[in-house]
Amino acid sequence: MTMMNETLLNRHETICRAVAALDDRDAVIGGIGNTNFDLWASGPRPANFYMLGSMGLAFPIALGVALAQPERKVVALEGDGSLLMQLGCLSTIAICAPANLTMIVFDNAMYQITGGQKTATASGADLIGIARSSGLTESHWAEGAADFDRLYAAALARSGPSLIGVPTDAAKAVGTTDRDPAKIRITFSEAMTA
Amino acid sequence: MLDSGGKGSGAMAWHETLIAKLKLCDVQLVTYVPDTVLRPLIEAVEADPFFEVVVCAREEEAIGISTGSILAGRNSVVLMQTSGLATLANVIASLPVPYQVPVLMVISERGVLGEFNRVQLQVAKTMRPILDASGVDHVTLTRAEEMDFVTERTFDQALQTRTPTALILSPLLTGGKSAKK
Repeated sequence: MTMMNETLLNRHETICRAVAALDDRDAVIGGIGNTNFDLWASGPRPANFYMLGSMGLAFPIALGVALAQPERKVVALEGDGSLLMQLGCLSTIAICAPANLTMIVFDNAMYQITGGQKTATASGADLIGIARSSGLTESHWAEGAADFDRLYAAALARSGPSLIGVPTDAAKAVGTTDRDPAKIRITFSEAMTA
Repeated sequence: MLDSGGKGSGAMAWHETLIAKLKLCDVQLVTYVPDTVLRPLIEAVEADPFFEVVVCAREEEAIGISTGSILAGRNSVVLMQTSGLATLANVIASLPVPYQVPVLMVISERGVLGEFNRVQLQVAKTMRPILDASGVDHVTLTRAEEMDFVTERTFDQALQTRTPTALILSPLLTGGKSAKK
């Protein structure tokens, strides 16, 4: 994270607010680990997809959903360690420029689920700067909850991809996703084709 | 009579048959990482408005994008070469296979039948073990006269059984890539 004196937001609370602002038809893709645990804990929602492995692929999966379902909004949730593993996807998304994709990266500067080892963002790697340089011009850090809400509303209203960086606290995830891939797929796909 | 220069025995070149079968199965989204042997196929899908085409920085991304598309109701294929598949064990085994998302893969085979690069030779030996171990069905196309039937049935089987499936294009079919070219 690059901002000094930033206001750290809580991942679960932020996800709950982000999901509450959506229509039931809109898709949410939760990245591996704590990100989708907190999405799961935000309550049952058929149009949520929970990624149990494939670290780094939340944004690519969301791009595929966005291309296949251009009339729905698609929100992707990812962690800093996961995004660092798949930075090339930012330039791919910039090239495709889907009108309906909003990405959120929760940056707590650590690999929280494996014991809190530091990620490169702890040493200054700036995921929003990287995204902008990858061609995602609408990439912004949220400076507090009110600023997140403002950026998120603008992202949902915008025709084009957006990325919001959320400086995130060290709180643990609130829940644990039910790890049944077939059930997750059936529920999500039925919601996407309804 | 097999013509290994990229033309089938019938009227259609291998890439034309592939395009016809992708359309037959309503596979609209093509993701790929570039490859010399696949170039005629890539150029043809990019020129055809039926397809939406996404060039990716890594094959892992391509699997993610195609998986997302299929989850949301639109069939998709990933184009790559052998060394691309060799990067994919984790994402295939943790995403399309356990979630039963029938991602189609078309892989141009390198490292066999006249390979000139020692590293490609070694990478090629990982391809079928990775596919077998991660639960991806695979069929190798070698003969132009079998291509129409095998491609259509392979795609149908993949989609109807929700099984991620790879169609491997042998140099016997495509001409491949050799030091003499």
